[in-house]
Amino acid sequence: MTNLSQPSTALTAVPGVALHDTPPPQVLKEVKITGMRWWREVGWRHVGAAVAIAFAIFPILYIVSAAFNPIGSVASTSVIPQRFSLVNFEELFTTPTIPFSRWFLNTLLVCTVVTVAQVFCSAMAAYSFSRFRFRGRRGGLLSLLLIQMFPQFLAAVAIYQMFTAVGEVLPALGLNTLPGYVLVLMGGAMGQVWLIKGFFDSIPRELDEAAIMDGASHVTVFFRIILPLVRPILAVTGLLAFVGVIGEFLLASIFLTSTSNKTVAVGLVGLLEGDRSGNLGVFAAGALLTAVPVVILFQYLQKYIVGGITSGAVKG
Amino acid sequence: MARTFAPPAPRSTVEPGLALRSTRASTPALIVKIVSIGVIVGSAAALTPTLVGQERWGFLIAIWLIAAVIVATYATGRGIPVKYLLPGTIFLVAFVVYPVVATAQLSATNYGDGTRGTKEGAIAQIVGSSVVESPDAPRFNLSVGTTGSATAGPFTFLLVEPESGDAFAGTEEGLEPLDDGAVTVTEDFVTEAPGFTLLTPAEVNAAGPALTELTVPTENGAIRRLGIRQAFEGRTTLVYDEASDTITNSLTGQTFTPQPAGDRLLFLAEDGTRLSDQSWKASVGFDNYVKVFTDPRISADFVRIFVWTLTFAVLSVATTFALGLGLATMLNDPRVRGQRAYRSILLLPYAIPGFISLMVWSGFFNKDFGLINETLGLDINWFGDATWAKIAILLTNLWMGFPYMFLVCTGALQAIPSELKEAASIDGANGFRGFREITFPLLLVAVAPLLVASFAFNFNNFNAIRLLTDGAPFGPANPTAGGTDILISYTMRLAFGTGGAQFGFAAAISVLLFILTGVLAAIQFRSTRALEDVN
Repeated sequence: MTNLSQPSTALTAVPGVALHDTPPPQVLKEVKITGMRWWREVGWRHVGAAVAIAFAIFPILYIVSAAFNPIGSVASTSVIPQRFSLVNFEELFTTPTIPFSRWFLNTLLVCTVVTVAQVFCSAMAAYSFSRFRFRGRRGGLLSLLLIQMFPQFLAAVAIYQMFTAVGEVLPALGLNTLPGYVLVLMGGAMGQVWLIKGFFDSIPRELDEAAIMDGASHVTVFFRIILPLVRPILAVTGLLAFVGVIGEFLLASIFLTSTSNKTVAVGLVGLLEGDRSGNLGVFAAGALLTAVPVVILFQYLQKYIVGGITSGAVKG
Repeated sequence: MARTFAPPAPRSTVEPGLALRSTRASTPALIVKIVSIGVIVGSAAALTPTLVGQERWGFLIAIWLIAAVIVATYATGRGIPVKYLLPGTIFLVAFVVYPVVATAQLSATNYGDGTRGTKEGAIAQIVGSSVVESPDAPRFNLSVGTTGSATAGPFTFLLVEPESGDAFAGTEEGLEPLDDGAVTVTEDFVTEAPGFTLLTPAEVNAAGPALTELTVPTENGAIRRLGIRQAFEGRTTLVYDEASDTITNSLTGQTFTPQPAGDRLLFLAEDGTRLSDQSWKASVGFDNYVKVFTDPRISADFVRIFVWTLTFAVLSVATTFALGLGLATMLNDPRVRGQRAYRSILLLPYAIPGFISLMVWSGFFNKDFGLINETLGLDINWFGDATWAKIAILLTNLWMGFPYMFLVCTGALQAIPSELKEAASIDGANGFRGFREITFPLLLVAVAPLLVASFAFNFNNFNAIRLLTDGAPFGPANPTAGGTDILISYTMRLAFGTGGAQFGFAAAISVLLFILTGVLAAIQFRSTRALEDVN
C-alpha cells in the first residue's frame, strides 16, 4: 500500500516482542575529549548528520514553501520560502471543483471504519488462536501468514469485475462508491492477527482461567479481561493501519472516480496531474494539511515504531 | 453477563482447550444476537428477487452460503473458536481469496473492451445497428426521458407521430403506445412525462453514443435516433440465422460468419471484410500465457520489464540499506549528542504519506523548471530517457526508504553486545576491520528477513512507478509498455489504461505476478524460519 507496509511486516515478523525502545549501550565512563581528536572521532559524525538531514528535509521544506507561495507555480517555488500567503489554503476550501474538505472527510471515514473493523476482527481471531486449541489451528495460522504475502491489489482486475457486478445488484456498494471501497479494503480484516496474537500469548493464562472458574463466559474473558490489557497495543496497531489506509492509492484510483467520492490521495494526485505547474501551490497546501497530523502521529509513536521494528530485526 | 455455576476443575487439568465451554448469554446479549442474525438472513432474502431477476446464480449461492454459515455458527453454542474467526474470515475469503481465484479464471478468457458481453448481446447489437432509413420511412418527434441519470440512463425514447399525434415510449424491449393522458404533448413533442426526467438538448448531445446505440425494435424494423429531436423507423438490413450461425446482409446477400481474429471471434465475410468490431467474452484456455512468452512483441517487453522489476527491487533495497547502515553506524556512538533529535528528523521522509513524496519528487525532475535541473544547472531530460528515468526513480525511492533502514540498523547495532566489539579491538582489529568481520555479519543475520520483506514490497511497488514516471518514457513501438514500468504497473495499464482494456491478458500477467510473489514469500519464510515458530 504505502511505505508503511514495511513496519507492519516487520512488526508481524516477530510477534510477542515488547514494544519498548532498546536502551542505548551503557557507557562505562565518559571522558571529555576536545580539539582535533574530538573532530576526528565525534565531530565529523555531526557533519555527516547535517548532510543527511539536509537531504531528508529539503523536499519537505519545498512542500511548505510551495504551500505558502501565493503564485503557486513550479517556476516560482524554491526550497527556502520567500513569500507568505494563505491563498492556496483558501482556494482549497472555496473552489467548488476542489472539494478538499469533502475528500478529507471521505478519507477520515474510510480510514476509521477500515481500522476499527480490522483491529476488531484481528483481535477476535487472535483470541481464538491464542486461547483455544482446535483442529486446523496451525493450518489456519499458516494460511493467514501465506495469504498476507500476496498484496490484495494484485487481483485488482478481478476486484473491478466483481464490484461491477455488485453495483448492478446493489448500486450503493458498487464501483465509485465509498462503501464499496471500504468493503474491498476489509479484505485486510485479518491483517493484524499475528501481531495481536503475540501479545495475547504474553498475557498469563491464569488470568482467564481464574475468571472462568468464577463463572465468566468466553465473551466476558475476551471483552473484560484480555482486551483491556492490550489496549495500548490495539491503539498502536490501529493507528499504524490508519496511516496505511491514508496512502492507499491503487484501489482508490480504480474505485473512486467522481470528484465528490475521492479520498485525499486520489483527489490531490488528480489535481496535480491535471496541471503540474499551476496547481502546485494548492496541492502542497492539501498535502501539508494531510501530512502534518500523520507526522505528529509518527513522532508520538516513534518509540513504538522504532521498538517494534528493531525488536523484529534483532530477533529475526 | 449472567454467571453460571461452573464446578471448579482440578488445577492440573485446566488446559486452555478446556475453556471451550459455552455459557448461557444474558437476555440483552441474546436479543442483539437474534436481531443480528435476523438482519443477515433478512438481507439475503431481500436480495434474492433481484439476483434471481438478473440470473446471478453464483452471487445468490454466495449470499445464502454466507448467511447459512453465520446462522450455523452463532445460533448454536458449539464451535466457540469459529465464532471469533468467522467475521474476519468472511472478509478475507470474499475480498482476497475469491478475487485471486477469479483472476486465475479471468486469465483464461479474452475479457476486455469489445468482448464484455455475451454472443447473443453482440449479435443483437450488430443487427440493431444496421437499421437504415428508407425514403418513405416514418419519422417521429423525439424527446428523451430517463429514470436514472442524464448521462448513464437508462433512457427511454418518448415519441410522437406528427400526423396522428399518437405518443409512444420506446426502449430496447420494444415500443409501447402511451395513453392520451399519460404524458403532456405540446406542439407534437412530449414535454412532460410522469416517472421520467426529460433531457435537455444539451444533455441529449452529451449522452450521444449511448443514445445512438439505443435501438427500439418494431414490427417492421427498428427505431433509431436521428439528431437531437427526431427519430426514424428503419429496416434492419442484417438478419441473423441461428441454425447456420450466419448474419446475412439482405441488401447485398453477403454472408458473415464468426471467425477467429486475434483472441476473439468476429463476424467476417469470406473475403475477410469485418462486419463489426463487436465480439463477445469467450474462453481462450492458456492463450494469454502463450502470448506472453511467444508473441515476439509482447515477450520482448515482458522480459525487459521483468528484468527491470528485479533490478529496481534489488537496487532499492541495496541503496536504502547502504545509506541507512552508513548513517546508523556513523551516529551510533554514545559520544554523539542529540541522537534523539537527529532520529526524529531523519524519520520525516518515512512519515510523509507516500503519494505526497512521489508527486513532489516527480516535479523535481521536470526538465524545464524542476528543482534538480534548476539548482544543479543541469539540462537532463529525466523522464524522456529510460536510464535517467530509472535513476530518478531509484533516487526518490532512496529518499523514501532510507529512514526505515536507518531505524532498523540502529536497532540492530545497539543489540550487538559491545563485548564482542571490544574483544575484536583488543585482538588488534582496527575500526573498519572490526566492523567488517564482527559487526556487519551479525547485523546482516538480524536484518536479513527485513531486507527480503523490503524486496518483496518493492517488487510490487506500484505507487512508486505510477506516481513518479507513470512508466515513461514510451517507445513508438509499444504504447502500453513503458521504459520504467514494473510488472504491476504494466498490468494495471493493460487493464485500466487508455489503450482499451485487456482484462484477460492483464489477469494472466497478474497470475504470473502471484507466482513470482509466492516464490519471494517462500524465500521470506525460509529466512525468517517463521514456519517453525508457529505455536
